[in-house]
Amino acid sequence: MEPVPVKIVCNGTAYQLQVEPRTLLADLLRSDLGSKGTHIGCEHGVCGACTVLVDGEPMRSCLMLAVQADGRTIQTVESLELPDGSLNELQESFHEHHGLQCGYCTSGILMSLTALFNEDKAPSESRIRDYIQGHICRCTGYQQMIEACVELSGLRSKELS
Amino acid sequence: MFTECSEQLFGSSEHSHISCGVLGESVKPAAFEYRNSRDEDEVFDLLTKYGSEAKVLAGGQSLIPLMNFRLVKPSLVVDINGVSSLRGVKVSSSTLRLGALTRHVELETRPDVAQAAPLLSAVAPYIGHPQIRTRGTLGGSLSHADPSAELPAAMVALDATILVKGASEERRVQAEEFFKFHLTADLAVDELVVGVEIPVFGPNQGFGFREVSARFGDFATVGALAVLSVGPDGTVERSRVVCMAVGPKPIRIGSAESVLNGKQISPAILGEVAEAVAEALDPIADLKASASYKRRTAATLARRAVEEAWEMTAGRVS
Ligand SMILES: Cc1cc2nc3c(=O)[nH]c(=O)nc-3n(C[C@H](O)[C@H](O)[C@H](O)COP(=O)(O)OP(=O)(O)OC[C@H]3O[C@@H](n4cnc5c(N)ncnc54)[C@H](O)[C@@H]3O)c2cc1C
Ligand code: FES
Ligand code: FES
Repeated sequence: MEPVPVKIVCNGTAYQLQVEPRTLLADLLRSDLGSKGTHIGCEHGVCGACTVLVDGEPMRSCLMLAVQADGRTIQTVESLELPDGSLNELQESFHEHHGLQCGYCTSGILMSLTALFNEDKAPSESRIRDYIQGHICRCTGYQQMIEACVELSGLRSKELS
Repeated sequence: MFTECSEQLFGSSEHSHISCGVLGESVKPAAFEYRNSRDEDEVFDLLTKYGSEAKVLAGGQSLIPLMNFRLVKPSLVVDINGVSSLRGVKVSSSTLRLGALTRHVELETRPDVAQAAPLLSAVAPYIGHPQIRTRGTLGGSLSHADPSAELPAAMVALDATILVKGASEERRVQAEEFFKFHLTADLAVDELVVGVEIPVFGPNQGFGFREVSARFGDFATVGALAVLSVGPDGTVERSRVVCMAVGPKPIRIGSAESVLNGKQISPAILGEVAEAVAEALDPIADLKASASYKRRTAATLARRAVEEAWEMTAGRVS
């Protein structure tokens, strides 16, 4: 099929691409833009491993065609590190609390939580659970992730007050 | 496929040359042509020309999984996300009008929706997960017509009118008539759902919604909704009792409504509602639950939904 021109900004870099319509955003990110941090699990929207931010909103990149990302800004897990290459506060908190084991689910979960923490500086535990609920983790049992987020939220609400 | 980096957008100073991956290794859907439509007329032209070969793409949260598994292999995908006439939320004194492209997250968070149709704000958080609700649309959910989906059942409970449009004709279809069968709505291949109209929720009304699912966010195993309108003395004037995930479409339980209409709610009446629901339904077992579990659970959930609706009106009336 005729490739379609697509302009996207991914993790701060602008791209002009020719994309075959059936290419999924997840596959474009992984195969063509080198963002291997975006993982693919189920390919039908259930597991959440492929979650990225599209114009700041968390979406399943396995359920979006790459051509639909035309004109949009994408953030993947690679965008989270600080300019000096160290972990950001959410990643740091996951590290501290053992919020991951194999790491397969982690990039998607971090992106969902990034959207939450961007929208709500100090989200409640129930909102944190609501966002993690959209992901499947086969290792951790989720509790450590929730603890990581609750602590970060607590630190932030102290800063705010 | 050729890829090339541009520095024009956002003035990025980083220059990276991207070499492309082998596309054939990572594709899932069968090949199709893609049209990003900007207006309804173009959509109708394409749908008329391509017929059942074409598929409309809204939020993609049901269609793309089917395409990834190649259960659906359209030769043309018509993306309607850019059609501005399908967007928008309008409230008049009597009617809430929602465009087909209203996203689930809007139903969940918009104060005007919460005011005019609070049942929709109540059911929206049960649709999948936040990451699904940012994309999924009202029109997509109604057209997909899944009998265990929340929005089709809510449309029947709210006595909504589905606005359907084709190249030559516009139709208004009562929600109850719109859903035909499992994944089948009263919609021709060259027609679109353009929006819905819902009577604005009144001060003499109450609603209840109950759902059981294996995990929060999953499609319902069983669900029930109730909407009551009561008179000044607390007598039920009109009622709707609807069950979901117990048949090929959302099912309105007329016999339970007959029990309620003209009566004041009491524990005995609630018991009769549950009995009427259990008698009316003839669910078939699915992977999630047996037929008898579905029947008994629907009866209990319907009783609770009616009770919840009634308690809401008791707080408002008198
Ligand atoms: C993990 C996961 C969990 C989910 N859980 C739930 C849940 O608990 N409850 C629930 O209700 N849903 C659930 N969904 C489905 C979700 O609600 C979808 O958003 C919805 O069913 C379809 O809407 P869409 O906009 O994504 O439509 P699409 O996927 O784009 O389209 C669906 C179908 O409708 C057609 N269509 C779309 N828009 C129109 C239109 N305006 N006119 C005519 N035809 C149209 C398409 O051609 C296609 O056949 C879930 C989805 C996922 C991936
Ligand atoms: S790979 Fe996208 S949700 Fe599982
Ligand atoms: S850490 Fe292994 S799947 Fe979550």
